[in-house]
Amino acid sequence: MLESASAFHLILSGDPTLFAIVRLSLAVSLSAVLLAALVGLPLGGLLALTRFPGRDAVVVLINAFMGLPPVVVGLTVFLLLSRSGPLGSFGLLFTPTAMVIAQAVLITPIIAALTRQTVEDLWSEYRDEMNAMGVGPAQRLATLLYDARFSLVTAMLAGFGRAAAEVGAVMIVGGNIEGFTRTMTTAIALETSKGDLPLAMGLGAILLTLILLINSAAWGVRAIGERQAG
Amino acid sequence: MRGPVSELPLVFEAVCYAVGGTQILRSLDLTIAPGAPSAIIGPNGSGKTTLLRMAMGLLAPTSGRVTWGGQTDPAPRRRAILFQRPVMLRRTAAGNIAYALRQAGCPSARVAGRVEELLAQAGLSGLASRPARRLSGGEQQRLALARALARDPELLLLDEPTANLDPAATRAVEDIVRIAAQSGVKILMASHDLGQVRRLAGDVRFMSAGAMHESAPAAEFFQSAKSPEAQAFLRGDIVT
Ligand SMILES: Nc1ncnc2c1ncn2[C@@H]1O[C@H](COP(=O)(O)OP(=O)(O)OP(=O)(O)O)[C@@H](O)[C@H]1O
Ligand SMILES: [Mg+2]
Repeated sequence: MLESASAFHLILSGDPTLFAIVRLSLAVSLSAVLLAALVGLPLGGLLALTRFPGRDAVVVLINAFMGLPPVVVGLTVFLLLSRSGPLGSFGLLFTPTAMVIAQAVLITPIIAALTRQTVEDLWSEYRDEMNAMGVGPAQRLATLLYDARFSLVTAMLAGFGRAAAEVGAVMIVGGNIEGFTRTMTTAIALETSKGDLPLAMGLGAILLTLILLINSAAWGVRAIGERQAG
Repeated sequence: MRGPVSELPLVFEAVCYAVGGTQILRSLDLTIAPGAPSAIIGPNGSGKTTLLRMAMGLLAPTSGRVTWGGQTDPAPRRRAILFQRPVMLRRTAAGNIAYALRQAGCPSARVAGRVEELLAQAGLSGLASRPARRLSGGEQQRLALARALARDPELLLLDEPTANLDPAATRAVEDIVRIAAQSGVKILMASHDLGQVRRLAGDVRFMSAGAMHESAPAAEFFQSAKSPEAQAFLRGDIVT
């Protein structure tokens, strides 16, 4: 009772530390979704429309990578970005950029796999009509991604949910540095281990609320869009 | 995408088509030249849809040859098809037509005007901004026909254009087809509606079991079909 009352108080008083943590978390996860979509949408679309030897293996691999453990992704990105790693010279380790990269790696397979399925289904529906209209390969991909856009929003939401909820990857590559790389999930982990349950619970409540809000907004956009486009 | 080359005549030479050991078209010859609409009739499963898809360039023969105006390149230039079960894009009625226009190389400045004309011709002006997939079956059929006409075809292939339509919608579709034919579009249509074939077609091609059995002017065909298969079909016997 006492704990949740304090958590509530922190939220209502607009605590600046809390605010900074929330803002960073959102910025990192939304950037990761954008980056992952930039790679995952065309990748999934191409995979849906092309046939090459080993394609089935790539599809299975990407489907399997939807369940990548965040700590493994964190560790891999850590090794790449660490001083002695191949990308060490950029000095990105323990920065928000590193966190964006790690989360993008984590969710690109999710967006790519769901996009592949969606585009493949729509293509089997559209194939005859598009071939009869003489639609070329590049235009084909663009049309399918466009016409599937409302389903693809769901793929991106799945990616966002996973990014916003994970703690392992951002902890390893971000380092949970106060005021710099501390996110809601890493702060919750830290505060819980320190025994500051009010802050941990406040952050947990905010995290859930934000995920709910973003999903509601996306749902609304999708509903309006589908009513107009069918 | 508009070559100076004509799509006509459409010629099938000894065309065979097989899928996994099943012969679907058997050494079929066919010549479609400019003129009044040609109708393909024949029982279910005789290969009419397969033939039309091949005439559109969507299927390649297993053996034999299909040419359009002497060319073997199957890329659709000025031909269009209305499928037996048309699929609407997830766009508005106007959006579906605009898409076809742009694919056919219609200059952007002219798209909006053409969309209006084609919708009006199909009697769908009031439904321009409705999602195409929510239209009724008959409305979708007319929209699909308008979308095919958007390609400004020289050769228009119609696969059962009025199956599932009520008499009024059937008349509407036939009117659009008649006007297109009068304006010089060559129409090749598969139909089970013999009344419709009598109303629209100049000549009739009868096929069964993947083979072409008869080709004759429509009046002659209905009066005195020569092949036993066509005679049985017209009597309403089961023909395979
Ligand atoms: N891809 C395919 N694989 C196997 N069989 C096929 C394939 N396509 C068509 N067929 C078979 O070929 C035959 C001819 O089919 P088609 O659709 O051309 O007939 P149709 O004359 O249009 O019939 P309907 O009047 O019922 O529309 C049918 O027996 C059909 O089952
Ligand atoms: Mg058919």
